[in-house]
Amino acid sequence: MIPALRVFAGRVTGLAISTFARFMTAPRAIWQGIEPVPHQRVYFANHSSNGDFVLLWTTLPSPLRRQTRPVAALDYWLTSPLRAFIGREVFNAVLIDRRPEARTEDPVAQMVAALDQGSSLILFPEGQRNSSDAPLLPFKSGLYHLAKARPGVDLVPVWIANLNRVMPKGEVIPVPLICTLTFGSPLHLEPDETKEAFLERATQALLALRAPA
Amino acid sequence: MTSPHLLWLLAGVGTILVLASVIGEILRARLSPAGQNPVIENLNARINAWWVMVICLALAFIAGKPGVVLLFALCSFAALREFLTLTTHNRADHWSLVACFFLILPLQYAFLATDWYGMYSIFIPVYAFLLLPVVSSLRGSTKDFLIRVSETQWALMICVYCASHVPALLYLQIPGFEGRNVILIAYLIFVVQLSDVMQYVWGKLIGRTKVAPTLSPSKTWEGLVGGTLTATAVGTALYWMTPFSPLEAASMCILITLMGFFGGLVMSAIKRDRGIKDWGHLIAGHGGFLDRLDSVIFAAPIFFHVTRWVWSTT
Repeated sequence: MIPALRVFAGRVTGLAISTFARFMTAPRAIWQGIEPVPHQRVYFANHSSNGDFVLLWTTLPSPLRRQTRPVAALDYWLTSPLRAFIGREVFNAVLIDRRPEARTEDPVAQMVAALDQGSSLILFPEGQRNSSDAPLLPFKSGLYHLAKARPGVDLVPVWIANLNRVMPKGEVIPVPLICTLTFGSPLHLEPDETKEAFLERATQALLALRAPA
Repeated sequence: MTSPHLLWLLAGVGTILVLASVIGEILRARLSPAGQNPVIENLNARINAWWVMVICLALAFIAGKPGVVLLFALCSFAALREFLTLTTHNRADHWSLVACFFLILPLQYAFLATDWYGMYSIFIPVYAFLLLPVVSSLRGSTKDFLIRVSETQWALMICVYCASHVPALLYLQIPGFEGRNVILIAYLIFVVQLSDVMQYVWGKLIGRTKVAPTLSPSKTWEGLVGGTLTATAVGTALYWMTPFSPLEAASMCILITLMGFFGGLVMSAIKRDRGIKDWGHLIAGHGGFLDRLDSVIFAAPIFFHVTRWVWSTT
């Protein structure tokens, strides 16, 4: 395909996807701890549905949305041409390989490279969809390594409420219900903070957003 | 479907809104130049949202029956999305919830659009009422079963069944009133919403005694009496555009403004129980669709049936 046409098709598909997401969930963004201004950020959120990053991306104001790239699993998004088109052309995802034995690139290095190009990121530190009864799965260490490599970047917790009821795992047709996205105060790695302490603090910061103000 | 009476009513509403916008801007300039007074800011947000709502309604009226039916189908969709967000349900109800949105809601409005009164007046109270719990029970979850199916049925009755009685007014056949049924919709919405607005205004000006302090801090006896009387007086003065005599118009206005007030009260009780202030956030200053429609939803079926019994030949 001609590059300009690919970009155009990506834009149109993106608009269609976010319109559909709005129709189904009328998403409401609550900017509780931070303003929606174009600073470089890593938005980290709970992951209960495949629609999570679509919804987060949809609720960002368009100047922020254009500079924000979701971090997504290559082993999921490159399994079909349609998924690959959506992942690359629509969302401009940073595709990382979750399988340590198979990968050729270091995920943290890929994310840092994207930050160095000026992008903001959407990251799900649980690393997989949470279909358990616990509110969050234990965080993977990627968030810590990112905080250490680029300490100036704001790490913004975002709690996505209700999306797991819109589209429970295993269901095909979503139910229209209102979803709320609560953006908390940004975190940074403290000097001398250990990996465990930082990940615990990030987990608590995210959990604290569960009850909307 | 435009009639001179409808144009006059819309022109009247337009004049009220121009006045409201001017007053809102003056109040803002005097009391809230930097946006620091939340009451003034909310008032102006409400007035702006009124412009959007009136323009949508006017466009639907111009588009005729399909336009009005489609507009209320969309309102039902948004209202149902707000209501079911707050009700009790679990994964076993997934298919019955999908059916509410994508089967029952479109069917109800399709029956309406084909003027099948015998079906749309019983479809949700009979067929949906009996079949939806079956869908939920097939998945085998018994936890809170009665609560889950009752709340889902209640959501359908309020957001789809009752709301659909507004466009149903288009299908009444009133001798001597042919081709002007859209006036009934405009009249119902105008009187009920005017009563809401005037209850708010009277309540802000002289409201002292709360009607139901545990349900809603903003509903006062002064507001209730002032609002319903003002709306009834205006509605009675507009009797000439309706099929009603002045006395009949006054009785209808009292009936629908009281039903509207009760609607607001009942819906406040639900909101209070679920710990929320507004049903949604899509109508700036007002909250959600249900916050704006609650009174019309309660008034519409009664207004429809009384009009049908007394004046309609169908």
